[in-house]
Amino acid sequence: MNNKPLRPLYSVPYAAWIILFVIAPIALIVYYSFFDLAGNFTIDNYKNFFTSVYLKLTISSFWYAFLITLFSLLFAYPTAYFLTKTKHKQLWLLLIIIPSWINLLLKTYAFIGLFGLYGPINALLEVMGIGEQQILFTDFSFVFVSVYIFIPFMILPIFNALDKLNPALIDASRDLGANAWTTFRRVIWPLTINGVKSGIQVVFIPALSLFMITRLIAGNKVITLGTAIEQQFLVTQNWGMGSTIAVFLILFMFIIMLITNGKEKGASNNGKTK
Amino acid sequence: MAKLSKLPKIYLAVVFIILYAPIFYLIFYSFNSGGGMSNFESFTLEHYAAVFEDTRLLVILINTIVVALLSALISTAIGVLGAVAILFMRNKAMRNAVLSLNNILIVSPDVIIGASFLILFTLIGVKLGFASVLISHIAFSIPIVVIMVLPKLQEMSPSLIDAALDLGATKRDVLTRVIIPFIKPGILAGFFLALTYSLDDFAVTFFVTGNGFSTLSVEIYSMARAGITLTINALSGLIFLVTVVLVIGYYMISRKTKSPLAGVRK
Repeated sequence: MNNKPLRPLYSVPYAAWIILFVIAPIALIVYYSFFDLAGNFTIDNYKNFFTSVYLKLTISSFWYAFLITLFSLLFAYPTAYFLTKTKHKQLWLLLIIIPSWINLLLKTYAFIGLFGLYGPINALLEVMGIGEQQILFTDFSFVFVSVYIFIPFMILPIFNALDKLNPALIDASRDLGANAWTTFRRVIWPLTINGVKSGIQVVFIPALSLFMITRLIAGNKVITLGTAIEQQFLVTQNWGMGSTIAVFLILFMFIIMLITNGKEKGASNNGKTK
Repeated sequence: MAKLSKLPKIYLAVVFIILYAPIFYLIFYSFNSGGGMSNFESFTLEHYAAVFEDTRLLVILINTIVVALLSALISTAIGVLGAVAILFMRNKAMRNAVLSLNNILIVSPDVIIGASFLILFTLIGVKLGFASVLISHIAFSIPIVVIMVLPKLQEMSPSLIDAALDLGATKRDVLTRVIIPFIKPGILAGFFLALTYSLDDFAVTFFVTGNGFSTLSVEIYSMARAGITLTINALSGLIFLVTVVLVIGYYMISRKTKSPLAGVRK
């Protein structure tokens, strides 16, 4: 293809975009992380990050992200599995996806009503004799709403992986005397692990950086890395510290991606006809 | 494959109920003449009327739609050019590097995109408001367009271009008459996703919007923080309707072109 003279022209907007909106922002975050509130060059932000306040914050953020990812996976895997067994599975999948297209804020807002003291969940608890509970502004409500928000993104890649699975492999496993659990553990799970990994990737990273749900549902009790960044940038206006937390969040993001992408090549060869 | 037995069916039913319950709960109470989301008094459309009477809200609605349409259009144009540029890159290492850079914004947490864009705009002196929001939406939509268009381009046989060139087409003709028609489904899918990305975005907009400018997500956030108002419920009823129409539209496009159902959204 000898369209060399044309190339520079049409590449310009895209190249400009990469430089301005991909490279420059990351560079700026790193740059700002070395400045304190007064604009002096310092590494205090990094020192601060390793104080107990921020370490605790990071650990709790990871813990919540872990819980959210775990529960998403626990509920999404059977859902995806059963979905592949339905007639019209693409249609059912679409129905699972539709709620994820509804504005995130609205869904979160709905839970303020659902979980509220006079909401239907509490009314149900009352009827069951358990009595009114404070559900809103608890860890439970935070994890529940987050799982609710993220579960379609976990279902989708797992569904795709399961859908590609050759049913003959399952039949073969059963014919060879494996029971359902062994078949799942030794055949289905390893062959769909890539779907699970991309599911984990698309849930864990955003879960680390949530800030809107924490504010609306967790009532400032739960603070994630995302909440902390938002706080530093928009409330205390301490861009340096905010950038430092962001630098660590970017680092964590890369590590998670390395882990979840890492063995992809090796794993995808497993059992697939090559 | 084995047919579903009873238990899995119940499980799926429960999942569907949970997924839809909050949405229908919101819509149900949008017709409530009482003030809150707990006691249903009687049917009313007053909250829907309130949405249409609230000029501030309508302005925000128009803002949101204008930003979405403009950003989808512009990001589609840049994204298509970018995908073509990536396709013609002969250096494999370079191509992989560009693709990785492309994907950074897709996987980056919204908070980081928002914060870093805020720094960028402040530094280069873009006033926070319509311009900064629009530019941000264009910026985070471009990679998704590239992702949707590139596979279509790669599907295209190079001999198609060679044939066109042999038959005397200019390079411009090749682009407008051969390449673009062939990848049209990818372009449409990219445009559509960019549109929904923009409509749905909260975190990035929240960072780069100034005092005078707001989009629906940001507005709902501040309304929700203030407490329950059934105007939001009415609004959500309307948004649900529009979303379903959009999804059906997108489903038609993606069925026609067999492109996989929507990618990952944040």
